[in-house]
Amino acid sequence: MTIYEKIQYTRSGKRPTAAAYVDAIFHDFVQLHGDRRYGDDSAVIGGIALLGDTPVTVIGIEKGTDTKDKIQHNFGQANPEGYRKALRLMRQAEKFHRPVITLVDTAGASCGIGAEERGQGSAIAENLYEMMTLKTPILSMVIGEGGSGGALALAVADAVWMLENAYYSVVSPEGCASILWKDSAKAAEAAQALRPDAQSLYELGIIEKIIPEPEDFSQEDAKKTFFHSLKEDLSKEICRLQKEDLDVLLAARYEKFRKVGAYDRNHH
Amino acid sequence: MDLKSLFKKAGNTLEGGVRVVKKRSSTLSCPRCGSEYDKESVLKNYWACPRCGGYFRMSARRRLRFLCDEGTFRELDGDLVSEDILHFPGYGEKLAKATEKCGQKEGVLCGTCKIDGQNTCIFAMEPDFMMGSMGSVVGEKITRLFEYATEQALPVVGFTVSGGARMQEGIVSLMQMAKVSGAVKRHSDAGGFYLTVITNPTTGGVTASFAMLGDVIIAEPGALIGFAGPRVIEQTIRQSLPKGFQRSDFLLSHGFLDAVVPRQELKDFIGKMLRFHV
Repeated sequence: MTIYEKIQYTRSGKRPTAAAYVDAIFHDFVQLHGDRRYGDDSAVIGGIALLGDTPVTVIGIEKGTDTKDKIQHNFGQANPEGYRKALRLMRQAEKFHRPVITLVDTAGASCGIGAEERGQGSAIAENLYEMMTLKTPILSMVIGEGGSGGALALAVADAVWMLENAYYSVVSPEGCASILWKDSAKAAEAAQALRPDAQSLYELGIIEKIIPEPEDFSQEDAKKTFFHSLKEDLSKEICRLQKEDLDVLLAARYEKFRKVGAYDRNHH
Repeated sequence: MDLKSLFKKAGNTLEGGVRVVKKRSSTLSCPRCGSEYDKESVLKNYWACPRCGGYFRMSARRRLRFLCDEGTFRELDGDLVSEDILHFPGYGEKLAKATEKCGQKEGVLCGTCKIDGQNTCIFAMEPDFMMGSMGSVVGEKITRLFEYATEQALPVVGFTVSGGARMQEGIVSLMQMAKVSGAVKRHSDAGGFYLTVITNPTTGGVTASFAMLGDVIIAEPGALIGFAGPRVIEQTIRQSLPKGFQRSDFLLSHGFLDAVVPRQELKDFIGKMLRFHV
């Protein structure tokens, strides 16, 4: 697949959404609602569950499956209250020393009058700010679309993993093509130029792991094997992160983002 | 400063008083009412229109010239330049053009200065450098400034103006949001004071990171401030937006700004805030 084909695949609805991961990997999941400020955003699902024997806080951006479900979840485009709910649950996790696992799958944060009125920019900024020093391990997985700031707001983590065919980008290829070349039909070229695929992000040092995918998620056996192996990898990684000294963990988290950048000194 | 450097093109040190000499018309027309003025009378009026009060776009250096006590600005990391890490089509030429257009090497000017006698770190984004977009250099310079301020126990005053993350650097530019926010957090945890002044326009990744993280957040009147840009929202929801949407007063009334401060009063306001936090 070309990069743009991969992006189209993440949007096709032929892949498991966050709720399916919660079902398959964790057990005893209890969903917790609301941001305690304004409302409950159903684009973000979150709660407590067991990963093996370990209680963890799981937060995911849910796109929904059928039409009704998609509308219910606002197509996985979170509003400020969704990001604030996520932050509330992360602080709760910090208090009770629970690791946090986030599942990212969004075309981007919700774009509309209400989102702006309630401070979409402020909500995302607060998450970046607080997650950087949250005193508990955080692991983020981009399982489908990683759309810009709306994805990053749940992905400031000790480890960021990506599915093989997922993408994670500063801008949608269509948006990029229409802004730079005034032609959204050049999206495939933009996708190639942006290099938002898992392999490129791994090479750029943005993510720590690429998770192999089954060829076809509709094959139950392949899907089962996929989730089984993912669960094992997650358990191992969470166990490793929990053993880390907290100061070391937080210093490494800061450094992981601190080191990203391409610049030079100009002596002229 | 020696005589030779007076004639050097695109000087990059404000402290030396070197200015980019460009041939351009000395008349300026107000972006709001269209009235024409000579540069001097606009300058005297803090870069605002004497008739309607509309604001002219201010370069980062001009901002600092208005704000910093005379001769106190010392630039930091002025020599950092972008690398075209993704080999993005046309990025190299765009960078060269931006430098030519505004005489700056990148989209933010950082340093230390005194404001009303108070020592502070300061940054001002550059509207004419690829619309103040945030790439690696902008992220790196602001991060270094916050780290320096933390080390030196100094406050930070920051002027934002930005179209958001710089697309041509792809995911690397997105990560700058997290990087800067982390440095702001460390500065804050160490007890540092951070004041943001949001100017027209500030959108996207800058709004969704350090613009909204100040202990005190103020804006110039009428500034467009948002996460999504108004055109994108209009196209998405297919209806026109209410008057004043995403402007400073709108944010003030929704609780996201501490105050809307006219350009002419900024220095007083900032000086006062810095004295409160000595």
